[in-house]
Amino acid sequence: MVTELLGKKLGMTRFFTEDGRWIDVTLLEAGPCTVVQRKTRDRDGYEAVQLGFGEVKERRLRKPQQGHFKKAGVALKRTLKEVRVEAASELKTGDEIKADIFQPGDRIDVSGTSKGRGYAGVHRRHHFGGGPETHGSTFHRRPGSIGQSSDPSKVFKGMRMAGHMGAASVTTQNLEVVNVDVAKNLLVVRGSVPGANGGMVIVKKTVKGAK
Amino acid sequence: MNVLHTFSATQKKAPENVAKFNVGDTVRVHFRIVEGEKERIQVYEGVVIGRKGSESPHATFTVRRVAFGEGVERVFPLHSPRVEKVEVTREGSTRRAKLYYLRSRMGKAARVKGKGKDTSAKANAASPVEA
Repeated sequence: MVTELLGKKLGMTRFFTEDGRWIDVTLLEAGPCTVVQRKTRDRDGYEAVQLGFGEVKERRLRKPQQGHFKKAGVALKRTLKEVRVEAASELKTGDEIKADIFQPGDRIDVSGTSKGRGYAGVHRRHHFGGGPETHGSTFHRRPGSIGQSSDPSKVFKGMRMAGHMGAASVTTQNLEVVNVDVAKNLLVVRGSVPGANGGMVIVKKTVKGAK
Repeated sequence: MNVLHTFSATQKKAPENVAKFNVGDTVRVHFRIVEGEKERIQVYEGVVIGRKGSESPHATFTVRRVAFGEGVERVFPLHSPRVEKVEVTREGSTRRAKLYYLRSRMGKAARVKGKGKDTSAKANAASPVEA
């Protein structure tokens, strides 16, 4: 059984639970994912299915990519991702995987690309304290000392400094599925997930956490 | 409307179930409280000093009362299933949307002008004068 889906982050809102609590939730458009290719041990050396998600115009894809979908006999997809399956899995090309692989109460991990923050200073990037803003201080948002003196005569690797922040792959683990709407391909997840609204996300059964 | 808005809209109560009251009104909020297994309804009475969110599913309202000489404000989600009902015991007449100025006033000064006759039996006890 596949426990992984490709999806899109729709945005956050609030939700009243049955016992009346008001919780923050994220809506995900999860699936439907189409099996574009079935990889087998005999042919490819491992067992997997290739999942496709999202519509895309024909002119957006190059000929070889279009051919890949044509061979599978499925509509063009924007994103592809491989998911490992057991050898006995009966999934075949053209099969659809929907949000119903998750039930309310399940725990999931959601991966996405975090929002890009550009070149960020140590204040923002590593939560450094910085110096005083006033009282004659000129040491406002600087990092301070980055090492010792002639011994060791170098800056140690991994020293936290300013640099590019965000736009990296981030996973939020152990999120609770609050609601599933298979007809609308909606997953309602408690809490926040990485990335901007409209961003691609990968939803899978949690690797850690409860159960 | 996109999926997000449609989903949020499902969180709203049916229009006929949404409590009708205005800023300045003295209200009794029947709020359902879950204690372990049991459920009971608690009534919280005070003056509505602000409403937020108007038509939004996330709309809230703030009720202020003076309990034992100490001002207490509670914020209720308008569409919460826990808000059983909101009774208006006295209609207030105000010239502004948020009555935050009541916070700095005590006793008689912290009253809201009424709109016409007060009908409820508890009227006087319910007025924001308290204490």
